[in-house]
Amino acid sequence: MLDDHQPILIVEDSPTDYEATVRALKKSGLANPIYRCEDGDEALDYLYRRGKYDDRDLAPRPGIILLDLNMPGTDGRDVLDDIKANDKLRAIPVVVLTTSSDDRDIQKCYDAGANSYVKKPVDIDGFFESIQRLNDYWFKIVVLPKSE
Amino acid sequence: MFNGDEHPILIVEDSPEDFEATRRALRKSRLGNGVYHCADGDEALDFLHHRGKYADLASAPRPSMILLDLNLPGTDGREVLAEIKQDPQLRNIPVVVLTTSTDPRDIESCYEVGANSYVQKPVDLEGLVHGLERLQDYWFEIVVLPEDPSHA
Repeated sequence: MLDDHQPILIVEDSPTDYEATVRALKKSGLANPIYRCEDGDEALDYLYRRGKYDDRDLAPRPGIILLDLNMPGTDGRDVLDDIKANDKLRAIPVVVLTTSSDDRDIQKCYDAGANSYVKKPVDIDGFFESIQRLNDYWFKIVVLPKSE
Repeated sequence: MFNGDEHPILIVEDSPEDFEATRRALRKSRLGNGVYHCADGDEALDFLHHRGKYADLASAPRPSMILLDLNLPGTDGREVLAEIKQDPQLRNIPVVVLTTSTDPRDIESCYEVGANSYVQKPVDLEGLVHGLERLQDYWFEIVVLPEDPSHA
């Protein structure tokens, strides 16, 4: 039960994966605004409203974050740790969406407070199916914390 | 994708009617997770820590997911959640709060303490069946669940 205005932040360095995620979300009927950061440093700037995200209109607090793990610079693991260690940010649900199926990643992400860990299917049908279910759960059944 | 018995769900719920409805709704799904029930917070903590009547490990397998009601007699769901999420052995078990409470303070504080998600209990059986179906489709078909750290 996502509030129609609650923004989704997608942190994803691959343009192809980002585009596929957005298309899949829209196909599942999602109308919420989508914001994108291309790496971990940009995601932290967005969340802390620093640098080019100085203006809060440019960086509304997301209702949920879809986070890739393997990114250049500050990677998804560091971003997750930062969010979940911060009193003001930790309530935002973070869904790790990654190609990694490394057991250590799975354990560490849950330990760090990831709200769930979803492995990106490599084929497009599987990918659309996963995003559909993610959408059906987080945006239709779950009550998210208030975004602002 | 998995054998349901390997992914037991622990339902912590004091209302016998709500527990029965939840169990029936879960049964309707094709996944067939094993279901365990604790009627209050103290019993849930005994189950998770293998204490008291749950001293035998076989009577209390580590759940793959916990569906947690908030308003319980004695140790309530908020305290159970906080205890699970502070315990290095238990914290990675996904906890889905399933409650009738729509108090924004509950929503906010459950997420802050580490609830994996917060679901408002649908009031009608049809809504409950539908909601739990989606919950199972998500958590048991596309999510990668953590392992027991003591076995990892």
